[in-house]
Formats: sequence, C-alpha cells, structure tokens
Amino acid sequence: MSIEAVALLQDPIRKRLYDYVVAAGHDVGRDEAAAAVEIKRPLAAFHLDKLTEAGLLDAVFRRPDGRTGPGSGRPAKFYRRAEAEFAVSLPERDYRTVATILAEAVEHEGFEAAIAEAAAAHGPVVTGGELFAALAERGYEPYRDGAVIRLRNCPFHRLALDFPPLVCGMNLALLAGPAAEAGWTARMDAAPGRCCVSFSKTNED
Amino acid sequence: MHLAQFNIGRMIAPRGDARVAEFYDHLDEMNAVADAAPGFVWRMVDGEANDATSLRPYDRDPEMLVNLSVWESRQTLFDYVYRSGHMEYLRRRREWFLPLGEVFTALWWIPEGTIPELADAMRRLEHLREHGPTPYAFTFRQAFEPEEPQSVPVDTRSAL
Repeated sequence: MSIEAVALLQDPIRKRLYDYVVAAGHDVGRDEAAAAVEIKRPLAAFHLDKLTEAGLLDAVFRRPDGRTGPGSGRPAKFYRRAEAEFAVSLPERDYRTVATILAEAVEHEGFEAAIAEAAAAHGPVVTGGELFAALAERGYEPYRDGAVIRLRNCPFHRLALDFPPLVCGMNLALLAGPAAEAGWTARMDAAPGRCCVSFSKTNED
Repeated sequence: MHLAQFNIGRMIAPRGDARVAEFYDHLDEMNAVADAAPGFVWRMVDGEANDATSLRPYDRDPEMLVNLSVWESRQTLFDYVYRSGHMEYLRRRREWFLPLGEVFTALWWIPEGTIPELADAMRRLEHLREHGPTPYAFTFRQAFEPEEPQSVPVDTRSAL
C-alpha cells in the first residue's frame, strides 16, 4: 500500500502540490494550490484528490477564513498533510521496533547523557553557515517566525510521541552543535503541533 | 470522565542539597504552567505549600516524590507534560531524579467532580507494574478510553 502512495509522487505536478501543501502550515484551498503550482484549478483539484485518496493528504471541509454565518457560502474543500506516515523499506526492515525497545530500556535505566553525546556526532551538516538549508535537508521543514526559526516537521514524530523527554532531548542534542556553528542558539521550545526545538540568533555581545 | 495521573520520582539528593536546588527553584514555575494549562482540573498539594514535595508516602523510600493530578483529557495532560515549558525540565530530569528501572506513571479515569486518593493511586501504579496496562491503570502509550455506560436512556421524541 505505502509504496503505491509514494509512487504517486513520481508525477512532478503532484509532487509540487504535495510539497506546497505540507510546507504551507495552514489548510490549503484549491485556488491557492493551483496558483502556487501555476496550473488550472480543475487539474489541481484532480491531483489533490488523488493525493487524498492515497492517504498522503487529508481533506477537510470548511468555510474560507473570515467568513461565517448565513450568506458566507458553502464550505469549501481544503487540504493538509495527512496524519498517516508512509515508509518504504525494501527488503522489509523494521527499525521502529528496534528503536522502541532501545528507547524503553533507556527510559527505565537512564543513559541520556551518553545519548546526548552520541547525538552530537549525528547532527545536520551546516555548510556556509546555512542552518536553514541544513535543517530542510534533514526533513525538519524549517520556517521563520519573526526572528525565530521553528520546525514544522519532527523527523522522529512517532518515537517523540512515545518517548518525549528522551527523543526530544536527543533531538535538541542533535541540533545544538550545528546551530551554534551557524550562529544560532537551539532551545527546547515544545508546543503542540510542531517540533520541540526552535532557534534564535546567538547574542554576539 | 476525567483523567487522573500519578507519577513518582526518586531524587538524587534531599531538599537543601545544591544538586537539586535548581529543581526546587523552578517548582513554582512548573506548577504555574500546569495550573494555567488547558484541561487542568486539580493537583495534590500538601496543605501548607503550593506543591506535594513534602508528601513522602513511601515509608522506606524518603526521597521518593509523588505527584497526583486530574485533567479533562489525555490530550490536555499530554500537551502540558510534553508540549509546554514543562518539557525543558523533563528533558533534564536525570540531573535531579534517578532512573527507577520500571514504570513510574499511572493513568486512570475518574468520575468528574471526584478527587483521587493517594493510597488508591499507589495501588494503581503497583497494579500497572505487575499486570501491564489495563483500564484500571494505564500509560500514555497504551491508553484506554473511559468505559461507556452499560445502558443509555433513549429519548423517543428525538427519533420522530
């Protein structure tokens, strides 16, 4: 099943639509998606629905922002990143079970300091001081929120839900070094709906 | 139904020791985040202080702290514990708490308006450790839904 879903993204238009919706950070309507990818609305609608059928996007019906009450029109269809995850591994491999077992043992026995130390060696590689690009490369989907960089996607989402202090702490340890190298300070900044780490410019005083 | 949460933690040193000073210094702040969190209903305090750190119900384990609270849902509790400013302290928990080697948090559903009892909470954690997650005592990872009422009165008018 998941390989069929992923294969849908072979189509360049679908890939661009998918990338746009997941990076948007809000529910995306058909008009907006069509404009962003520079195609006609019916074609955008066709591909968005294909992505939804495959489980890559979730569709929601609601009235456009700012319009409520009688006369505000029918609810329109909006798209967002699907809750489901897809992973393809050939041949079949199961790293999640391994990670879960190891995480549970650590949770009970405590090796967090060792994990933080090991994580520091596996962070994103920053080239030319470009923290933003290094984060994007590793799938964090960074975005700017005023002077702060936040991360829309947690690459360790499932495990971070099951073992939050362990996995989020590891994530911070993973990102702190590269951030410092690029002149940013990484900190634990957990809130619902995004990755637990955010970055602010390191004070140069 | 509301969700009760009980968790325990063994401190590396008694209150007053410099190694745990930072934990105690931030306790009021952490509790204020809980009190203001969406879905917060109640938390146990020892009567005189604003926290429960002076309650030491494990007689043979005087450094074992207990924490008992009530929340409107699993999600609101999760968001406070793991998706708020509380997380910064949780990440650093090994600086102040020893690994316990087994499950240290128990969750269970209670009728709205009731206050859980500490002795009951301790029994539930014990049960969870012995029998694994059940509706009587469960974990975030293996949570149970509140039980549906056995029979529901039917309002026949609404069928018309």
